[in-house]
Amino acid sequence: MSRVKCFMGIDVGSVSTNITLIDENNNLIEKLYMRTDGQPIESIRTGLKDMYGRLGQSIEIAGVGTTGSGRQLAAAIVGADVVKNEITAHAVAAQKEIPDVRTIIEIGGQDSKIILLKNNVVHDFAMNTVCAAGTGSFLDRQAARLGISIEDFGSYAIRSENPVRIAGRCAVFAESDMIHKQQMGYSREDIVRGLCDALARNYLANLGKGKKLEGPVVFQGGVAANIGIIQAFEMALGTKIVIPQNHDVMGAYGVAILAHEGLGSSYEKTGFAGFDRLMGDYTAKSRECDGCSNGCEIVQIIMDNNPVACWGDRCGKWSGAAV
Amino acid sequence: MIFTFPHLGNTYIIAKSFLDDFGAEYVVPPLNSDKTLEVGLKYCAEAHCLPFKLFVGNMVQAYEMGADTMLITGGCGPCRLGYFGEMLKKQAQDIGINMDLITLEVPDQGLKELASRIRRVSGTSNVLNIARVINSAKNIAVRLDSLEHLAREKRAVQRVRGSVDKIYQGFQRDILNVKGSEQIEKLIKDIEIALNQVDVNMDLKPLRVGIVGEIFTTIEPYANFSVEKMLGEMGVMVTRPVTVSGWIINEMVKKRLPFLKDSKHEEAAKKYMPHMVGGHAQHTVGNSVLNALHGYDGVIHLYPLGCMPEIVSQAILPRIEEDYGIPIMTVIRDEMTGEAGFATRVEAFIDLLKKRRDEHLNEQSKMLYGN
Repeated sequence: MSRVKCFMGIDVGSVSTNITLIDENNNLIEKLYMRTDGQPIESIRTGLKDMYGRLGQSIEIAGVGTTGSGRQLAAAIVGADVVKNEITAHAVAAQKEIPDVRTIIEIGGQDSKIILLKNNVVHDFAMNTVCAAGTGSFLDRQAARLGISIEDFGSYAIRSENPVRIAGRCAVFAESDMIHKQQMGYSREDIVRGLCDALARNYLANLGKGKKLEGPVVFQGGVAANIGIIQAFEMALGTKIVIPQNHDVMGAYGVAILAHEGLGSSYEKTGFAGFDRLMGDYTAKSRECDGCSNGCEIVQIIMDNNPVACWGDRCGKWSGAAV
Repeated sequence: MIFTFPHLGNTYIIAKSFLDDFGAEYVVPPLNSDKTLEVGLKYCAEAHCLPFKLFVGNMVQAYEMGADTMLITGGCGPCRLGYFGEMLKKQAQDIGINMDLITLEVPDQGLKELASRIRRVSGTSNVLNIARVINSAKNIAVRLDSLEHLAREKRAVQRVRGSVDKIYQGFQRDILNVKGSEQIEKLIKDIEIALNQVDVNMDLKPLRVGIVGEIFTTIEPYANFSVEKMLGEMGVMVTRPVTVSGWIINEMVKKRLPFLKDSKHEEAAKKYMPHMVGGHAQHTVGNSVLNALHGYDGVIHLYPLGCMPEIVSQAILPRIEEDYGIPIMTVIRDEMTGEAGFATRVEAFIDLLKKRRDEHLNEQSKMLYGN
């Protein structure tokens, strides 16, 4: 039996690690969404083991791409062919699902971004940096505080009849405002809905800043599962929002496509280290280099006592040496 | 007197040449690093701007190495930099260290005051000698800028990644061991020769990106996460119109001779910003327009959090983006900015420029072949 050629995309984010497999026609054949839980190396390994367990016997990995804030780390561990930033990866994935997309709203665990396209090319983008208000982790926390599971968060919001107004400019103020509203006796539904509205407002004010948001608008990232937020955006923008089928793994999907494109149809040999290699013992060591006054923090990834990757140095003394 | 000076990119080499030639004693503070910023943050209010925090860091670190007099260059125009001298003096008092400050600029009191300040540094009243030393320091500044320019050009087309920086890092290591303008100039020449021998691929058509914004953030590699190197390694040709030598010549020497000043950027900025609003805002606006007119693929605008003049220019840049169809990305730096987030933005921006250029080429070929 010949094995199916597959391309793998790995998106290591602050909150979730996603893995996708696509076939040669860029169709998604398997996806995996799991929590990073602060241990990226561990979660990549668990994810890949899981993937191998599901499909390992019937596929052949022809190329691997990594993205997300942990993309370098993931690339070093699995031997990736393509390492791309999240913005490009998300744009590629959205265009695959909705070819004429003009605006992409992406809200992930710890950051949010807006991507505008013109003539099928990324024309402009913005990312939040300073503020966590309105990202996935903030919603998680508030859901937990209200005693609602994050999966039910959206359904609470749509049951609301009189949303309260929450100051959503800052995560800390939003929280104290919520507590205030709660102690005044507002229902949980109204508070949750108020929070969704505040989040959409804050997003559009911070990232949309004077930009012209044209349809079709696509909403992706983990938070796109939240019906309350979707409604809030639709209200604020006055337009229908498209949620792609695989909204939660778009980054991983996009980078899998990029890996496919990058290696072309010639199928140069992939750098993928194979599923076996992941069984090894990985550790990350960090220390401060005392070579000069820069005092760089060096991180070294060690597999079975062999350094496989190293970064953090300005001069290239270590990163050049390790590979 | 043991002199010192704050870091701004390669200006320490100019200061070194200046002080070496006068035979003055001095210490070079450690290059800016997280440690420097940590020291600065300890003594500064949060609202102080990033350059000031690093200046304080330099001052304290130099003091620990034995310095007692700090040379700084003054501000150009009504921005916080114009008060750095006074503020550093106060800061030194508050910290409780003994540090004298000498501001080298043409003050409102005129050239005479500047001359007396320089006499304090030189220890000589020989006008000819002083003029000669200042002239060679200026020449070093010009040579350094052309060296940086050469490094940027070669980096974008080098065949082996890192070959330019290997030479360039060697330069930064060796420069501390040579003394005086003559030897410094010789070393710069040697490095230029070495850089010209780097194996390059002239068939590449690198993307061209201009870097504009606040002077400190655009010049000091620590403040911009070595953005020039980052871009160069992605194969991008970087231009930075605001340079140290340009600043010395225009703002310090020709300040009183307006007809000699280089004012191309003022002309280009006229439509959007007819007046100087402080700092380098007019440079930012004007150079963005010039970059667009010269067919650049994109512009990166950098400034430290809270920099008033650049906040003004940031508000104007979207208009230029629209009028000239050139993508401009603004990145604001403060001590909270993470390098990873910065790199992600730069990388995504370069992807955007690449795609746009491909698109443009496609359209052109469509027009040519009519399909």
